[in-house]
Amino acid sequence: MPKLVLEDVHVHYGGIKALKGISLEIDAGEIVTLIGANGAGKTTTLRTISGLLRPAAGRITFDGADLTRLKPHEIVAQGISHAPEGRIVFANLTVRENLELGAYRRRDRDGIRRDLERVFTLFPRLKERYSQNAGTLSGGEQQMLAVGRALMSSPRLLLLDEPSLGLAPILVRDIFQTIREINAQGMTVLLVEQNAHMALQIAARGYVLETGQVIHSGAAKELASDERVKKAYLGE
Amino acid sequence: MSGARRAWMAVERFATASLVGRLAALAVTIAVLVVLDRALSRLLNPYVFRILMLCGINIVLAVSLNLINGFTGQFSIGHAGFMAIGGYAAAAMTTYWGPAALKAFAAVGLAGGIGTSMLFVLALLFGGLLAAAAGLLVGIPSLRLRGDYLAIVTLGFGEIIRVVILNLDFLGGARGFPGIPRYTNFFWVAFSGVVVVLVVRNLVSSAYGLAFRMVRDDETAAAAMGVDTTRFKVMAFVIGAFFAGIAGALFGHYLIYLHTNSFTFMKSFEIVIMVVLGGMGSIIGSVIAAILLTILPELLRSVQQYRMVFYSALLIVLMLTRPQGLFGSGTPFGLGRLWSKRREVRRAA
Repeated sequence: MPKLVLEDVHVHYGGIKALKGISLEIDAGEIVTLIGANGAGKTTTLRTISGLLRPAAGRITFDGADLTRLKPHEIVAQGISHAPEGRIVFANLTVRENLELGAYRRRDRDGIRRDLERVFTLFPRLKERYSQNAGTLSGGEQQMLAVGRALMSSPRLLLLDEPSLGLAPILVRDIFQTIREINAQGMTVLLVEQNAHMALQIAARGYVLETGQVIHSGAAKELASDERVKKAYLGE
Repeated sequence: MSGARRAWMAVERFATASLVGRLAALAVTIAVLVVLDRALSRLLNPYVFRILMLCGINIVLAVSLNLINGFTGQFSIGHAGFMAIGGYAAAAMTTYWGPAALKAFAAVGLAGGIGTSMLFVLALLFGGLLAAAAGLLVGIPSLRLRGDYLAIVTLGFGEIIRVVILNLDFLGGARGFPGIPRYTNFFWVAFSGVVVVLVVRNLVSSAYGLAFRMVRDDETAAAAMGVDTTRFKVMAFVIGAFFAGIAGALFGHYLIYLHTNSFTFMKSFEIVIMVVLGGMGSIIGSVIAAILLTILPELLRSVQQYRMVFYSALLIVLMLTRPQGLFGSGTPFGLGRLWSKRREVRRAA
């Protein structure tokens, strides 16, 4: 039963405390979202889970295994895949090569081919563009590629950082629809979003972060109707 | 497809497919280089021959630095330091232990040329390995530093090595290290050049190569894909430094005299210029730039005191017109298109 647990995680950037004791849990098959303003620590939380940052204190476990001191590539091997913020794709490589890189640690050719087909089914646009350099894709397509590439490592938990950032509203709807589809196929998703409104629509549960701490948590529907959350993050 | 290319591909397939093929290719390469060695050292006048040798040594330096700077994206300007370590280590070995070693080789029937060749190979490897150990030392800070900061550390490291050697009396100190046997000949220079090109080419066109380039293009994304970025950065430094050490050993045993003035940061910059001019991440670019930049100052001797002005002006013009370098397509040998075409054919089949 894959389950991600963060217990009292602290992260510092030099002297600046970015996370001041974050605790959260994600159960298998859930979509959980982290919402909050700029600088609340959402991206820092994801980067800490995937090992790009080291926690100063606290514990992170996944499926019982301790991730706290593992390096990023070891965490990928544990079945956690991270699509970093800002649609980081390898601009000089083709769409297909980018996707193949997602499967960098895998050796099962048949499985890789199956997952490639799956990504093309989820994102037909990528199939149309598959021999094109990733740098020539539109913003939305690059975002699809970043998500698709994260799926290629055949993860059990997908970490998505701001997948809707800078996209046209119609594309935002598409990408959230696809995230829901991916989840329906059994993937556990931890979603970081500034677009709290959309995120709470597809997530089962949510955590609200403020200056490095969890200030609210609960079922997505409750959060969406919570007056304080509405006021602060939903612009109502 | 032309007949010549088909024949070449058949040769290539034979030479890489099996152990026998590889050994045959190695034997042919050695035979060709030995013949060239004999011929060139007799036919060419000493001045031209000397430039040829320096070209070869610079090729080893430029291609090995390209692995660090061009393919892995770790901006290092301390290559002369690694070169110095290799040069001095190998020179100390052949000068201090050489006579005893030669006697020992002779005792087991390896007299004359074979004995000295054995000794020189050992010295080359010793120089390379010591330099590689230093590469490991520099590789470790490179895990934490990026860009300008790394450049400063490598620059400082190169200077530290130089100053340490300057103060080591058994390496000659400020007087320089005289009396090194002249073991370097065309064969060893060319052979080292072939080896460094093959090693770097095979590294970067393998699955490893993809990892090197991922680290260069985006370290975060590479780590998120499951690449052990630390390992590849250190590996680039260690391998690059190894060949710089070999180049240093060749250099010392060619000039038969070493002085720390040959290994100032100017030398490091010279190598960086070769890599940038040839194109970051292009092996053929590094080779051609190394040759060009070795010959160019010689050609400019006719303009005498304006030599460095012309040299600098040429570099500026080249960088303005081709900022990506002469061969900066990012693929080894500029054969990228051919390569991917072949891959697609194989995929379709």
